[in-house]
Amino acid sequence: MNTSRTQRLVLAVVAWSITFVIFFPILWMFLTGFKTEAQAIADPTLFFTPTLESYAAIQSRANYFHFALNSVYVAFGSTLLALLIGIPSAYSMAFLPTKRTKGTLLWMLSTKMLPPVGVLVPIYLIFRDLGMLDTRIGLIVVYTLMNLPIVIWMLYTFFKDLPKDILEAGRMDGASTHQEILFLLIPLTLPGIASTGLLSVILSWNEAFWSLNLTSSRAAPLTAYIASFSSPEGLFWAKLSAASTMAVAPILIFGWLTQKQMVRGLTFGAVK
Amino acid sequence: MKLSHALPLATLAVAVSAASHAQEITVATVNNNDMVIMQSLTDEFEQAHPGISVNWVVLEENVLRQRLTTDIATGGGQFDVMTIGTYEAPIWAERGWLVPLDDLPEAYQVDDLLRPVRDGLSYDGTLHALPFYGESSMLYYRTDLFEQHGISMPEQPSWDEVYEWAGQIHDPDNRLYGICLRGKPGWGENMAFVSTLVNTFGGRWFDEDWNPELNSPEWQEAISFYVDLMNNYGPPGASSNGFNENQALFSSGRCGMWIDATSAAGRIYDPRESDVADVLGFSQAPVAETPKGSHWLWSWALGIPASSEEQDAAKQFITWATSQEYIELVGETEGWTSVPPGTRASTYEDERYIEAAPFAGFVLEAMQNADPTDSTLKPSPYTGVQFVGIPEFQAIGTQVGQSIAAALTGQMPVEQALESAQRSAERAMRQAGYYD
Repeated sequence: MNTSRTQRLVLAVVAWSITFVIFFPILWMFLTGFKTEAQAIADPTLFFTPTLESYAAIQSRANYFHFALNSVYVAFGSTLLALLIGIPSAYSMAFLPTKRTKGTLLWMLSTKMLPPVGVLVPIYLIFRDLGMLDTRIGLIVVYTLMNLPIVIWMLYTFFKDLPKDILEAGRMDGASTHQEILFLLIPLTLPGIASTGLLSVILSWNEAFWSLNLTSSRAAPLTAYIASFSSPEGLFWAKLSAASTMAVAPILIFGWLTQKQMVRGLTFGAVK
Repeated sequence: MKLSHALPLATLAVAVSAASHAQEITVATVNNNDMVIMQSLTDEFEQAHPGISVNWVVLEENVLRQRLTTDIATGGGQFDVMTIGTYEAPIWAERGWLVPLDDLPEAYQVDDLLRPVRDGLSYDGTLHALPFYGESSMLYYRTDLFEQHGISMPEQPSWDEVYEWAGQIHDPDNRLYGICLRGKPGWGENMAFVSTLVNTFGGRWFDEDWNPELNSPEWQEAISFYVDLMNNYGPPGASSNGFNENQALFSSGRCGMWIDATSAAGRIYDPRESDVADVLGFSQAPVAETPKGSHWLWSWALGIPASSEEQDAAKQFITWATSQEYIELVGETEGWTSVPPGTRASTYEDERYIEAAPFAGFVLEAMQNADPTDSTLKPSPYTGVQFVGIPEFQAIGTQVGQSIAAALTGQMPVEQALESAQRSAERAMRQAGYYD
């Protein structure tokens, strides 16, 4: 009894310490956003008079909502598209495997190993000719392709855990393939699909390479918004922190609200 | 019924065609103070030029450079105005990427532009970008510390004197350091400063046949001097200090001397941003063997990519943002220390500017006697004081910068660092086809 209590206490302390270490940069960013530029580079302190100066400055220089709306469109648009393509392909790989399925899965993952900058110029040229530079559709297409391997892999492992018999029973009752997917597979693996979708949203939200390189003003998402406040000349830490706080706030709140889904999805099938 | 539907549609069509006549230009720029002011004055431009609206893309210098290069090299046409430096302007102009600016209106007074700045942005005698602000480098020092130690600043300090003064002022127990200099690796960071130091020690990047000279006695002497100076009398962790970090150190009173861009003067002299505004002294950048190339020349300029579809509107914008009227406008709205410096002779004749900015004379002199076409003691085949005007330089400069930072931190001796820098530069030049 006693040892288990000490154990629990130690565990709690360790967990809280790790959480604090991980959370500290975000906390520091949040605090720095409320400092003046001079305070932001002065010796670190937790005590200062908060000011909204930086928030006023960033709002006067760029329209936050324009960027935020682009981020929302692009992150959710690409996730929907990736799920739309990913669910049928993961279904076929999980339930109707051929001898090439394993190879196909590995090949898809291998596309993630190429540094994106290696294909920047070809993609830029294609986008130029298709008129997709600085468009939200262009970014949605790129993000969908970027996240598709991960989405398919995650869905594949979730689908694999579903007993085949259930789908077979459905087929016995005369369900067509798309009824099978729509009324059996999706409802039964919803937590997995949800966490896959959430991960895809977060990855798209945070993506900075393509969003900086393929957009200029109309389709620029929040990553471009943050990038505009960094500078090799002059003081910018307070403004950059304020901008970053504004940029992570929506996704942080979103993550908070969907925390239950996410944890359930990520541990789904972990205990067999 | 049908007609009532058609009418609003027709109006809409008219409205759409009217809207497509309005010109929209996208301006890409860096997030430096002077550019932020330009962005905040957009309304003034749009009011004076009805029919043109301006979109801004603001990025950090290195990100911007990469972004613009991708777009201009592929003819992407995403930008109508690009902010580029003296390094890019002639290289891009040579490839036909920039619109030549040979038909500027008379009211623009092109002859008012400072000669070295204008030359730096020209290719084949034609301007390809208009200077937004320009800078050289100079020595900043704290007059209170100099008085305390009985040092008087000569008109032209030498590097030996600077070394001696740094030793007198250095007081690390009180977190006061003799001198702050750039150490963060990068062709535009530590190498900008190091190149001027090597120049004045009599060295050069390349000989007349484009062979690198990084292991020459001049480089050895200059880099050993730099490493000694910084290790003895510099702040701790100097290899991670770039322009920004040093500005922060100097303006919070931690450095006795600082040698860097003249464009920092306005901010160091502004008591809202600096603790040393009232004890600030200026002097010319120190010299050693030769005054040639002892201080750099740089300007940020606005150019129009040949791939832009709104070249006319873009031209109206850049002639506005680099005009005398614009400088006047900033002076009136933001205060005279905030006007973009180093572009026009008329700025330095303006009483209001001279009165507000006591450093004006130094800046003008430094800029006027910096000569990018003749910045080394021995002749060299390249233009540029603190850089070499060839496309390969970004990569070479940054790699050499990393070797020098390694020497500064003591990871390897100076000789070895320069040997490895020399080898990597030779390799890069051979790959680029300068020789077999």
